Amino acid sequence: MTPFLPPDLLPLVFAGLMAFSVLLYVVLDGFDLGVGILLRATRDPAERDRMVASIGPFWDANETWLVLGVGLLLVAFPVAHGVILTALYLPVAAMLAGLILRGVAFEFRAKAATAEDKRRWDRLFFVGSLTASLAQGWMLGRYVLGFDTSPAAMAFAALATVGVAIAYAFIGACWLIWRTDGALQSRAIGWARSGLWAVAAGIVAVSIATPLASERIFARWFEFPYVVLLAPLPLATGALILGLAALLRQMPLPRDALHSVPFWGATGLFCLSFAGLAWSFYPYVVPERLTLYDAAAAPESLTLILVGALIVMPVILGYTVLAWLVFGGKAKDLHYH
Amino acid sequence: MDTLLLSRIQFAANISFHILFPVITIALGWVLLYFKLRFNASGETRWIDAYRFWVKVFALSFALGVVSGITMSFQFGTNWPGFMERVGNIAGPLLAYEVLTAFFLEATFVAIMLFGMSRVPNWLHTLATLLVAVGTTMSAFWILVLNSWMHTPQGFELRDGVAHATDWWAIIFNPSMPYRLAHMLIASGLTVAFLMAGMSAWRRLRGDRSAAVATTLRTGIVLAAVLAPTQLVVGDLHGLNTLEHQPAKVAAMEGNWETRGNVPLLLFAIPDETARENRFEIAIPSGASVILKHDPAGVVPGLNDFVGEHPPVAPVFYAFRLMVGLGLAMIALGLGGAWLLWRRRDLPGWYLRALVPMTFAGWIATLAGWYVTEIGRQPWLVHGVLTTAEAVGPVPAGNVALTLTMYLLLYAGLLTAYVVTLYRLARKDSGEARSPSTAVAQPA
Repeated sequence: MTPFLPPDLLPLVFAGLMAFSVLLYVVLDGFDLGVGILLRATRDPAERDRMVASIGPFWDANETWLVLGVGLLLVAFPVAHGVILTALYLPVAAMLAGLILRGVAFEFRAKAATAEDKRRWDRLFFVGSLTASLAQGWMLGRYVLGFDTSPAAMAFAALATVGVAIAYAFIGACWLIWRTDGALQSRAIGWARSGLWAVAAGIVAVSIATPLASERIFARWFEFPYVVLLAPLPLATGALILGLAALLRQMPLPRDALHSVPFWGATGLFCLSFAGLAWSFYPYVVPERLTLYDAAAAPESLTLILVGALIVMPVILGYTVLAWLVFGGKAKDLHYH
Repeated sequence: MDTLLLSRIQFAANISFHILFPVITIALGWVLLYFKLRFNASGETRWIDAYRFWVKVFALSFALGVVSGITMSFQFGTNWPGFMERVGNIAGPLLAYEVLTAFFLEATFVAIMLFGMSRVPNWLHTLATLLVAVGTTMSAFWILVLNSWMHTPQGFELRDGVAHATDWWAIIFNPSMPYRLAHMLIASGLTVAFLMAGMSAWRRLRGDRSAAVATTLRTGIVLAAVLAPTQLVVGDLHGLNTLEHQPAKVAAMEGNWETRGNVPLLLFAIPDETARENRFEIAIPSGASVILKHDPAGVVPGLNDFVGEHPPVAPVFYAFRLMVGLGLAMIALGLGGAWLLWRRRDLPGWYLRALVPMTFAGWIATLAGWYVTEIGRQPWLVHGVLTTAEAVGPVPAGNVALTLTMYLLLYAGLLTAYVVTLYRLARKDSGEARSPSTAVAQPA
């Protein structure tokens, strides 16, 4: 197929699509994994059932964004895919094991014969969610510093590991505020309150550590005119954190007002953090080693994929919205029919 | 063991575990649509009861298929980076279309199909069931296009060792694709036919006389009676296609060392690759020549024409016999059952007892068939273009051994849980069918 975009624009378009998929994955499966991490914070089996029911119809489609993100990396930047995934061999395997356990636990706990059996699958649900979150955090930390193996880089990766798990638990709690009510919702508000401060601390720590670790990233943020143009990003993040803190302190509000706002606020925080990281990386697809343009596949193949992506992605988004409408509102007990 | 062998075993373990679930969901999606349409048309509860039970099996299989499928998409990068570096321009778009057109279609509509029956209008639920069936089938289509291209590549040129597409039509409709796709879709149908027939027979033998079980039993048997003989014909055509494009694989399947006429059909033998001969042969004279050339004197290529470039003989040889043996048993049980049903006799106990051990026969036959074709492609990863040794990644063998152990333990546990849960669901369903309080469903 003849390229209909200038060949040097194609890698950028694909990087954009990939970033979009990964961002959607992190928000969407982030709240799934977060609910999984919080699952054992309550002992009441009925509350656990409702927590799982709140994410039941969504997790499968949510997880598919990871496949699309990695798929785009694989097909658009084949060389980078190999470099990144061989460098992250063990954490990728740990993440996959975690996602497998979490995914099958949904089904097996629903079909468990005894309460004891169900508790066992709940434990695996929690372990799977936590393992996947920690592994993703470790991968992010290693990736940000270009797979550097110095002790400082490893410490940074450890920080990212904990940070991502806490951020997921936070957005999971915000999801539960929206999708549940009563005692469970009150608990979720408490989880979100303590989670927010940990998330804020994590964002500050990563924002300080990243420019210090790399001169290139330092220059991208603090040289004129970037330092002025980019100022809204940290300012908006700070304002959002303070606003969320104020709101969470007042919740629950009469008639359950604003119950979805913490979730959308958390989504905003994820987007702002993601934008900051994306700005730091550009134009690298493997930090400090491979740029988008070095790693891209042949323009003819990219054009062919782009045609499919431009037709299908709006459709996917359309029926994602449809599924959200069908399964909107407070979580009910989930039955097959 | 070195990284190459360990990575190959790991890939085989991952894909063998993965395929068990799509091979159920591809055909089960269509069977569920059939149940739903029959219910819509007749309003008879047995159809919706059958739907309600088998949709649970679908949900469980689908979940296992999704999570093990994610592992697959990472495997290319973690263990086989050379694959995407060399043929990524071709494999990439095919994999992308698989994810784009199919994966999402299933992943979103499956939620409506599984949980939405009481939340959406009946027509939308039926439509979701249809779209899930279409999605699983499209998924299989793209994956088999890529797999077939790896066996019979065309429509590309090599520039500096990297494949560039020149003709997408030729890539998608490569010579082995129609045969492989048909063979695989029918394999899925047979797997589901015997899963339904076997589990329903087991429930019947345990005293469940419900109409839903009788209905699935009959559906399974009729499906088997139609598909099993068809598979024999399609499999034969696929074999002839392989003979044309990958003669070394067919030579290994037949255990034939010398190129010659009047090649016997080996029912049993122990191929010895060091001595390059078979021991303990039991054979039908000229049988292989008749099957492959439709002529007793037909010349069939032998392994000695491909020394150093043919696949390991024993695994291909044995796996082929296992697959064909199970296929013949399926034909016998399918046609026999259809005959018993046609005579309007109640199915006798001996026949039901024969179906029970065949419940998972589709799994074994499917795996055996895949081992024939995939091990049969060795030493190539993409036939004539890229070897597996060239594509393997620089990961230390110890790391691969560690992850392989982890996967094997995980898969053994999950497979046990899956089978136990299927039977537990069946027992529970039979218990509910016996209790008088079963609610009567109304057609919408």
